Amino acid sequence: MFELINIKFKNILDIPSLSINEPITCIVGTSGSGKTTLLRMLNCLTMPDSGTILYNDQDVSKMDAINLRRKVVMLGQTPVIYSGSIEDNLQIGLEFSKKLPASNNVMKEVLKRVELNKQLTDKCSNLSGGEKQRLCLARVMLLNADAYLLDEPSAALDKETEQFIIENFVKFVLENNKQLIMVTHSEQIAEKFPDSIIRIEKGKVMVAYDE
Amino acid sequence: MMNNTVMNLSVFQLSIAYIFVLIMLIIFKSRGIKREKQILIATTRMTLQLTIMGYVLMFVFNNPSWWLTSLMIVIMISFAIYNIIKRVKITMSKELQEIIIFSIIVGALLTAAFFIIIVLNVRPWFNPQYFIPISGMIIGNSMTGIALGANKLCSDMEEKRVEIENSLMLGATPFAATKAIVNNAFDSAILPTMNNMLTMGIVSLPGMMTGQILSGTFPITAIKYQIGIMLAILGSTAVSTVLFVTLGYRTFFTKDNTLK
Repeated sequence: MFELINIKFKNILDIPSLSINEPITCIVGTSGSGKTTLLRMLNCLTMPDSGTILYNDQDVSKMDAINLRRKVVMLGQTPVIYSGSIEDNLQIGLEFSKKLPASNNVMKEVLKRVELNKQLTDKCSNLSGGEKQRLCLARVMLLNADAYLLDEPSAALDKETEQFIIENFVKFVLENNKQLIMVTHSEQIAEKFPDSIIRIEKGKVMVAYDE
Repeated sequence: MMNNTVMNLSVFQLSIAYIFVLIMLIIFKSRGIKREKQILIATTRMTLQLTIMGYVLMFVFNNPSWWLTSLMIVIMISFAIYNIIKRVKITMSKELQEIIIFSIIVGALLTAAFFIIIVLNVRPWFNPQYFIPISGMIIGNSMTGIALGANKLCSDMEEKRVEIENSLMLGATPFAATKAIVNNAFDSAILPTMNNMLTMGIVSLPGMMTGQILSGTFPITAIKYQIGIMLAILGSTAVSTVLFVTLGYRTFFTKDNTLK
């Protein structure tokens, strides 16, 4: 659960007050409206010029950023693939966040969830843009974080896979009592979760959860 | 038969060697390559700088004192620092430049002092005949190492920004997120020295050894010095670049562990 109070950042964001407390939240708005900046602030990647962000009633600026990122995992717009196999790419997130490595079964399970039909030992160099995106989604799912921040998770996916993957991710989040905040351009996704929309225009919150 | 002194070279004899510059000028002129000015500047600078250095060294050798030796070392190190900053193509932050200064002083100076005072057992320690040329070689190699490492570190940090940030999002510490980049920078700094060691003695006789042999030193003695200096160069390059990369990567991050 996030709580934003008097957040200001350059002339990009100006949010007097906002609660992000639903299990599923879609942040929508035209490009350049400040969606990604908002998401980055929740992950301590960008610091606001003034104001406070609370995560579960704790001031984010006073928390250890690395610990926060291990609880609140973000997935950026461009899928990043590290050198090595599919397995290396799945394990690296766990390694970075100092968690125990996943077993083969768990990894196969998560690949199924994102519909990536590949062997763990396969090289990643031949993956298409959509496959890379799905591998990145699988990687963050393994991290078992409390909250997920996804920036345009479906940008590289086609319409059908998009729907399937996002629905699957939402299911995963709801089943495990997690929180999902995603920035999206997709009308379809936004329509699917009509009560979960926060609309931002020119750095200001226009709509928060249908108010 | 060994001479114990090198044959003296008269100025007239030396001037004959400038014929090589003349040959080069003729080749460049006839091919229409516009480099005459640079050739002349480079030749003049080389001649002038070495001549001045010759007189400076004559003076320092005739008046051996700890402070003159130290002054020479300070000048050499300052020039090395200036040269590194000039050779790195990306503008470096002030903090990173401070780390360069720290790394070369600690890395090169400690190694040089250790090699000269402990290994060679030079007495008095400031004996300019030993301290100045040997420190010069060590500082020069550390300089090249740090410059190569800094170039690689800065360009990789810029090119791999998205990847580093992605690792941070996955909960990585800046140390873990840049481990491969830091190792690569260290590797490219140390590689030329290693390659140089591989061919040494087969393809080329190193300058210091050649000089000692020309001046009448037994080849075996010259080689012992050469092996020693190579080990010292390896040590100083390693120490100064490892200091630079392990301290330097941190300057790319804020205290909140985000990329600047």
